[in-house]
Amino acid sequence: MSDDIYREIILDHYRNPRNKGKLALADVSAHDSNPLCGDEIDIHLKIDSSRIQDIKFEGRGCAISQASASMLTEMVSGKDLKFIKDLQKEDILENIGLTNLGPARIKCALLSLKVLKVGMIKYYSDKDPSSAEKIKGESPVY
Amino acid sequence: MLKGILDSRALRDDFPILARKIGGKNDFIYLDNASTTQKPLVVIDSISNYYKTFNSNIHRAVYEVAEESTRAYEETREKIARFINAKHVEEIIFTRNTTESLNLVSYSWGRKNIQAGDSIMISELEHHSNIVPWQVLAEETKSHLVYLTINDEGQLNLDNFYHELESGHLKLVSLSQMSNVLGTIVPIKTIIRAAHEHGIPVIVDGAQSVPHMPVDVQDMDCDFLAFSAHKMLGPTGVGVLYGKRQFIKNLDPFLAGGDMIKEVFKYSTRYNDIPYKFEAGTPNIADVVGFGTALDYLEDLGMQNIRNHEIDLTEYVLKYMSSIPNLKIYGPTKATDRGGLVSFNIGDIHPHDLATIMNDHGIAIRSGHHCAQVLMERLAVPATSRASFYIYNTKEDIDKLVDVLNEARRIFRI
Repeated sequence: MSDDIYREIILDHYRNPRNKGKLALADVSAHDSNPLCGDEIDIHLKIDSSRIQDIKFEGRGCAISQASASMLTEMVSGKDLKFIKDLQKEDILENIGLTNLGPARIKCALLSLKVLKVGMIKYYSDKDPSSAEKIKGESPVY
Repeated sequence: MLKGILDSRALRDDFPILARKIGGKNDFIYLDNASTTQKPLVVIDSISNYYKTFNSNIHRAVYEVAEESTRAYEETREKIARFINAKHVEEIIFTRNTTESLNLVSYSWGRKNIQAGDSIMISELEHHSNIVPWQVLAEETKSHLVYLTINDEGQLNLDNFYHELESGHLKLVSLSQMSNVLGTIVPIKTIIRAAHEHGIPVIVDGAQSVPHMPVDVQDMDCDFLAFSAHKMLGPTGVGVLYGKRQFIKNLDPFLAGGDMIKEVFKYSTRYNDIPYKFEAGTPNIADVVGFGTALDYLEDLGMQNIRNHEIDLTEYVLKYMSSIPNLKIYGPTKATDRGGLVSFNIGDIHPHDLATIMNDHGIAIRSGHHCAQVLMERLAVPATSRASFYIYNTKEDIDKLVDVLNEARRIFRI
């Protein structure tokens, strides 16, 4: 079982995270932590005409939370905002290849999606409050 | 081999849960005893027997069943008094848990005796339950919370304590006798003696010490001692606060309501005597009765024997774990300086990932900050893994733990 979770790709993203760091002149940043285990993720976004121009994350925690964040940044980089609005937790779990996690560990895998959605809500709250409310309402993570 | 060691393998048969399987196939190896312990069948049965044969409210009705339940409830109080060698039975107050016991002191004693500019001392070893109530009190009274620091081995820096004693501001000391993360056993008698020389009362958080070693409140001379039943074979929902009679008899109540009164008038109330003054409302009678059975079980084994057993297991685990590459053990290096637990990190494996791998093999360990984030900051780690032992754990459990640690190294390629 553990061999299925801690596959080469998860360990690779854990030890060599992609898009890790700060982002100068980010349009929006969001943070959240998982009080159960203390995993922490910050996501910084540079948004250019409804498209993710650049994304970086900072964080610390278990292999699942950090690899998931790293893989999420690759998944959404360059995508338009609708893609992110539509992202479901199943998309994330499939993307990282972990569809059999228990309830405690699933939170680790989904923390970065939650932070990304919080970032989207923040981004829209000034510009387009109805979109912000819509993401809040639809978000599968809350 | 120490004298009077327990026959852990035989004791396992008394605990029905230890026969279950994990993931449908693995034996259940329970190493999270600092969090809560398992319950022997006699305790489970005594709770069930209470409901089957003498369930009724206590301290009020005159019928036979009510007298039986009152007697059983009060018998547990007497057993506790004997167990920790309290001088008077009425020094034993029932609460829900250690946290509530500490809150009781902070509300009833703290709010009356702590003033602006005073200081309250705790240590970097404390569980959140012995930090947050004092933060709240300090904020309300504009007093200061000061920390007794630890050295790199997890032992208290006593110089720091003596220095604070001389400041003239210190009004209260509240310390864990045994750390739930490092296992450190603190020199509580020395601290209490010095504090008393300055007229400062000392509260002892005994959540980890009382279940694992002989604790004698008269010998220690603490003013308060808090602990929980569920960490010592008893049910959840029962805690104890021991308070020296001269301290608690003049304290205001913590919670107000039924059972804590002598007479209620339209606009005023005469409170009940101690300890009832602090036990408002119908208490957790069934579980108090169950706790009495747990205390009998522990007394039969002997607390010194339990302590010896845990020293034996701790020496064993320290020896075998220190041979694993990239493994860092936190806390005192000598087994006799610590309780029966070990906190550690291995390579860059996050404790939660390790706990997942352990679970695949039926092993329950704890991973995280263990409700001790102040200590985590001091150790400069976000989390640790912790294996903690009790009477039913064996050296075979530790062998299995070490095997799976090596398995985790293989999975993480370290």
